[in-house]
Amino acid sequence: MPGAIYAEGLVKTFGDVRALDGVDLDVPEGTVLGLLGPNGAGKTTAVRCLTTLLQPDSGKAVVAGIDVLKHPNEVRRSIGLSGQFAAVDEYLTGRENLQMVGQLYQMRAKAAKARAAELLERFNLTDAADRPAKTYSGGMRRRLDLAAALVVSPPVMFMDEPTTGLDPRNRQALWEVIKELVSGGTTLLLTTQYLEEADHLAHDICVVDHGRVIARGTADHLKAQTGGERVEVVVHEPEEITPAGEVLRGFGKGEVTAETHTRKLTVPVTGGAKLLAEIIRELDTRGIAIDDIGLRRPTLDDVFISLTGHAAEDAAADNGVDGAQGRVQKADKAKKEAVK
Amino acid sequence: MTAVTDVAPAAAPKGVGGIGQSVRDSLVVARRNLIRMTRIPEMIIFGLIQPIMFVVLFSYVFGGSMNVGGTTDSAVYREFLMAGIFAQTVTFATAGAGAGIADDMHKGLIDRFRSLPMARGAVLTGRTLADLVQTALTLLVLAVVALLVGWRTHTSLGEVLGAFALLLLLGYAFTWIGALIGLSVRTPEAATSGGLIWLFPVTFVSNAFVDSGQMTPWLRHIADWNPFSATVQASRELFGNPGVVDSSAWPMQHPVWASLIWSVLIIAVFRTLAVRKYRNATA
Repeated sequence: MPGAIYAEGLVKTFGDVRALDGVDLDVPEGTVLGLLGPNGAGKTTAVRCLTTLLQPDSGKAVVAGIDVLKHPNEVRRSIGLSGQFAAVDEYLTGRENLQMVGQLYQMRAKAAKARAAELLERFNLTDAADRPAKTYSGGMRRRLDLAAALVVSPPVMFMDEPTTGLDPRNRQALWEVIKELVSGGTTLLLTTQYLEEADHLAHDICVVDHGRVIARGTADHLKAQTGGERVEVVVHEPEEITPAGEVLRGFGKGEVTAETHTRKLTVPVTGGAKLLAEIIRELDTRGIAIDDIGLRRPTLDDVFISLTGHAAEDAAADNGVDGAQGRVQKADKAKKEAVK
Repeated sequence: MTAVTDVAPAAAPKGVGGIGQSVRDSLVVARRNLIRMTRIPEMIIFGLIQPIMFVVLFSYVFGGSMNVGGTTDSAVYREFLMAGIFAQTVTFATAGAGAGIADDMHKGLIDRFRSLPMARGAVLTGRTLADLVQTALTLLVLAVVALLVGWRTHTSLGEVLGAFALLLLLGYAFTWIGALIGLSVRTPEAATSGGLIWLFPVTFVSNAFVDSGQMTPWLRHIADWNPFSATVQASRELFGNPGVVDSSAWPMQHPVWASLIWSVLIIAVFRTLAVRKYRNATA
């Protein structure tokens, strides 16, 4: 059985830019796929193709068992979309916004009204329900936008950078909502630039760059791909770097690297916590004082750098084609900000 | 990955699809736009001030120097003028529609609309219907002001209402031109200016403010066949106001029919173009 969200060879070009260059996706029902990538990687374009907003140049897309290209309007009944920019009418109140969306999902006026009240309650917006949305804070708007996407409890949800621009507290709150949603059986495709977010929320992760999926798997799987664990030691005195390096060389599975100014030494290892204890004993025996020691597993940031050769944050800025689209998106963002 | 078989979509819920859904969705969107108008009352206020200003300026500045039907009596000109001002008012409202749509198209909300299982033309139809309500309101206030400065009708109530219906239909038709402009430009500001520029020749090369019978022949010919002139002529006739153009051109001979045909034609052409443009806007 194909998943609740399925794509095969999606291609979308904008002029010379191949925003999607043959993307395959398969999200099993009831799971979360994190689409991870820098600005301009093609994440938003992928979401727009899957939610019927954009027509791909070629490829196949099936959402909730329905062919997206052949039956877009049927797909629209089964999906909820929450975008990068809170898609609510700022002159309408929260209640009016939700009621309108409900009616446009073809609910009767009365049912839409009842559902709006229910969602306002659930998203903690009841107090602000009858104020125009433009008086809402960023976090409240995002909650309202998410509520709008959930009006008909769609089986398949798309969230395009749901927490971009939110403060940590609001991000945390939104994560809780998303987790609750998924525990109820919703299939979710989530795009994010935050490696931590993908790690936290997604069952599977697809790393995208230049419109291609460059790696896929669970967070653990991807971390393992990048290389195993390593031991980091910070010695107390700079002159202890050399003797400590000798100790680590004895235990490590590779070259020891040392940074003089931070007095930090790193060595790849296998053997985990048991080995760590042995290293501590040996350093102690030789009388080497340490400030810090730890076993480090690679972060998704490390994964990203090892896969793309650049960190997630500055990817858009430092390479050709992708950079061009990154700039377009930035200009777009600036424009949208200005409109607000 | 597993092969994908094309699964037929589930049957549409009852009452979904077709003209019924189109109408319902359009009314939901129209309601949204009307609520917005009440939350931004300054837009309605400015929409009212402009035509009132025109009434006063044209009546008193041009009043004594215009020759209508062989007289320069300013009271005659005032009666003559009102049908023109009414028609100009309903058409100038189109720039607002264009700006509103251009504004909508560049906000996240349009993605929301496009991802909903709603009738495709409803976003535009809803907007134009809301504008129609606003135009009707403006026309009502303007009629009261016109009565205050001395405008009178000399026909039956049915004929007077018929004239207003034709004026509103013309306004609705022009709103679709404004919608197409709004969809074709990048900013609401461009839609406002782009939506106004073409209205000047359309409203001035007509019988709205002067007796087009006194224009040079080629200009007079354009004025006679101008859709705008047909509605003005029809309104004058139905109000029983002076200055009905004596011309052999068919639209001037049968202004009510000409006005109806022009308006319906404009709606048919520009609604089709605008809805198509909307569908392809970001696709």
